Amino acid sequence: MWWRKKSKEKAKERLKLVLAYDRARLSPGMVEKLKQDLLEVLRRYFPAQEEGLSVALEERGEKMVLIADIPLR
Amino acid sequence: MKARAIVVTSGKGGVGKTTTTANLGAGLAKLGEKVAVIDVDVGLRNLDVVMGLEGRVVFDLIDVLEGRAKPRQALIRDKRVENLYLLPASQTRDKEALDPARFQELVRHLLLEEGFDRVLIDSPAGIEKGFQTAAAPAEGALVVVNPEVSSVRDADRIIGLLEAREIRENLLVINRLRPRMVSRGDMLSVEDVVEILGLRPIGIIPEDEQVLIATNQGEVLVLKGGSPAALAYMDTARRLRGEEVPFRNLEEAPGLLGALRKLFGGR
Repeated sequence: MWWRKKSKEKAKERLKLVLAYDRARLSPGMVEKLKQDLLEVLRRYFPAQEEGLSVALEERGEKMVLIADIPLR
Repeated sequence: MKARAIVVTSGKGGVGKTTTTANLGAGLAKLGEKVAVIDVDVGLRNLDVVMGLEGRVVFDLIDVLEGRAKPRQALIRDKRVENLYLLPASQTRDKEALDPARFQELVRHLLLEEGFDRVLIDSPAGIEKGFQTAAAPAEGALVVVNPEVSSVRDADRIIGLLEAREIRENLLVINRLRPRMVSRGDMLSVEDVVEILGLRPIGIIPEDEQVLIATNQGEVLVLKGGSPAALAYMDTARRLRGEEVPFRNLEEAPGLLGALRKLFGGR
């Protein structure tokens, strides 16, 4: 129906995300843990903050890449 | 499809592997191929009942693999169509009794020495030993998937495992599609599933009450003919043989409500 978001769009979005993790043999929880570890390492070099730091899988053509976005204030 | 040994698989259970195996096997036989359908779901045998051949099981796959019966003794000839044979799974043994190397040898024997044109292997659900054995002799795979998140996710996993086994001729059978829900935007479309899984579809089977009715009666739908799923399975069998068969428009007549919705800009 035209007044609500089509449920299949939601299904597709969720599937794409979960498959990205499945294909990379990663779980979202592991990525969160990696983010915490990464933060610890970063803090050895400069005062890094958790806020704004993102670690996520991204599709790049045929490849899946892990992107870490680290704001340097 | 060039592959003559084809595993029918899905990862997830209940998506229509057995029905697909039975109907494509019967469809190919109807088109003139000599076909063996093999149930590898040891312990949970079902292809025999779906085909209505349960009363004729004497020997089973494990009997053959362990040398208690010759392949010819265990193969049940379907009397409703020429050149269709069933090799049932064992109901009393467990999956551990399956030896992948022997199974591979059996399939090779059927193709090279018993004159079979095609062997369809009905894989058990899951990704463990049963699936691995079912896939062992396969040159190609039909991945049965329902347009639904859990089925698509499991299909993706299975496709990865097939590729890891160097099985490359893999095609989708998209089963239980409900065209009305698709056009309403409440079901993944064929295009969505194809985009996500990256495999070409060879069959698009609409949801059809006649599938259950045929199973209830122990009949194989394509041999009865007529209903939408029967036609779709027959088309799929033709495509398997390399014929160019366009996909049917499964769109149901929208009815008054649909027409009104369209008028107001919905889909």
